[in-house]
Amino acid sequence: MSTTAPALRPAVTIDDLRGNPKRIRKDKRMHRFLFAASTTSIIISALIIFVLFEESFVFLRDLAKEVGLSSLWDGGAVRPGWYPRDDRFDLVTLISGTVLVSLVAIIVAAPLGLGAAVFLSEYATPRTRRWLKPILEILAGVPSIVFGYFALRVLAPDLIQPWFDTPQRGSLLVTGAAIGVLVTPLMASVSEDALRAVPSSLREASSGLGARKSTTVIKVVLPAAVSGIVAALIISVSRAIGETMVAALASGLLGQGPRTFDPRDPGLTMTAAMAQLAQGSDNVVGSGLTFQSLFFVGAVLFLMTLVLNLIAGRIVRRVRNVY
Amino acid sequence: MALTSSITTSSANVVRAALTQGKRDIKGIAFAASLLLCLLASLGMLTILMWDVIATALPVFDKRSSGFLNNGMSNDPDKAGVADGIWGSLMIAAFVVILAFPVGIAAGVYLEEYAKPGKLTNFIQLAIRNLAGVPSVVYGILGLVVFVQALDGFTGGRSIIAAGITLAILVLPIIIITTAESIRAVPQGLREAGYGVGGTQWETTRDHVLPYAAPGILTGTMLAVARAMGEAAPLLLIGAITGRLATLPDASLIDRLQGKFTAMPVVIFGWANNANTPGELTGLTFEDLNAAAIVVLLGMVLVLNAAAILLRNRFERRRQA
Repeated sequence: MSTTAPALRPAVTIDDLRGNPKRIRKDKRMHRFLFAASTTSIIISALIIFVLFEESFVFLRDLAKEVGLSSLWDGGAVRPGWYPRDDRFDLVTLISGTVLVSLVAIIVAAPLGLGAAVFLSEYATPRTRRWLKPILEILAGVPSIVFGYFALRVLAPDLIQPWFDTPQRGSLLVTGAAIGVLVTPLMASVSEDALRAVPSSLREASSGLGARKSTTVIKVVLPAAVSGIVAALIISVSRAIGETMVAALASGLLGQGPRTFDPRDPGLTMTAAMAQLAQGSDNVVGSGLTFQSLFFVGAVLFLMTLVLNLIAGRIVRRVRNVY
Repeated sequence: MALTSSITTSSANVVRAALTQGKRDIKGIAFAASLLLCLLASLGMLTILMWDVIATALPVFDKRSSGFLNNGMSNDPDKAGVADGIWGSLMIAAFVVILAFPVGIAAGVYLEEYAKPGKLTNFIQLAIRNLAGVPSVVYGILGLVVFVQALDGFTGGRSIIAAGITLAILVLPIIIITTAESIRAVPQGLREAGYGVGGTQWETTRDHVLPYAAPGILTGTMLAVARAMGEAAPLLLIGAITGRLATLPDASLIDRLQGKFTAMPVVIFGWANNANTPGELTGLTFEDLNAAAIVVLLGMVLVLNAAAILLRNRFERRRQA
């Protein structure tokens, strides 16, 4: 355009540089669309929080009116437990079940996952690593329902029942062990990332001082990666707490049961209680409280995992800043 | 490692022998062996699982190869099949592709390319990170209240539409995070080249940044679909059917979408609770059928997963070279 401009005008005008208004409008439109898409995450978070807390508020209000809030922890009846269909909501039952299952899971997953991670990051040749890491990642994608089936078919009859002398097939121990196997790839993957974030200059300095490989790993690499490993542990625990299908299949109870602190007993986790309460919720029997308790348990579960994830996220970011 | 690789192996051995005075590092070997054992144990546990499932499933495919894949739900192990489950899972995958892909990728693009650092951006990022850690069963509650109860007229209540939207929301953070990560890896020079020839921000993003980040984004989306297809907990809350599904064969697509539904993982959950009496004709129990259903589910999920991870590794290596 500027070549054909009359001689009096400058060769290049501001209008020439401004760009095509149509293209600029399109750019603005896309900007707005992309921004709107990113705000969906805020809307979804707000919806989740609103739904959970609004309905749990209703639950707590009605519970206080009809049974009394203290029934959440003192059990009330002769045999404390979670019997939502009889308006007996002993939260201690669910929390102890959840804590026991996560403990068992982490006892299984932490050594296996961390050991696998150290091997992959420190000992495996790049070639073996290139084979093993993808296999581990692919296995991390096995749907959790498969581990529920595995728990009942292999873990319970072949490993747990003969060793721990449990009467029933399903128990908190079986659930925890299966969830442990399930989160092992996650534990391995996250802690391997933490180990690989340790700068190789630290390893070289240690080797240069004459340390053995194992000494370098134990005394230098692991301490340097400790916060990342702690974060991996927390993420794994959080995942174990939220795992539903294994618990719903393998914990050995159908939606209700007595309070227990023994992992060899059948028990209920929060997730299993929720899944079984809602399953076929067209015909939930009991008062309005029965169905409402679903939201209260959901809110407690949400808060527990949220706190754990926030802590883990903070640790991970701090590590990233250090190196 | 960089230290030893620069010295030739033979001289490294000589130096090592002199330093260790020819003694074997027993503790070190034991340590390495126990680490390897951990890795093998975690892989071995999963190998046992696969082996057991496949061995149990083979007779099912052998005895009723076509009926198992084509029949619907039933209480009779001679007749029950996974057709309803496969249909439901494929529909859920379709919902994830239609809803979560565009929104998730757009959000990832916004966060990496457009968002200016500030309170709002931090808040969005915090929300996404936290959503990624919310247990799936909680998404089920969201789906139950919002899509089953509040939007009943549109979704038809306990339907595949409600389930599909809920699972699309569930995997949204995965898509956003992987999209943002692969866009972050795009070299700054590509953008500068785009701006240098006068492209607007969107043109540069569309023509330079997105094509470069495409393999990474594709990996994330495939993982997200696999995750959605394997997820069962939210579906239980939304009300997937574990028993018999009474769909008319000539129902229209809208009716099917708004009607009762099930999906592969829910079929497995339902069958795991069924009585274990063998069928009269084939002698197969629901436990056997369940193994076969797991093979079908794993076939769908793991193939997607493996393809995604291999794709990512392939592109990563090519770029490093």
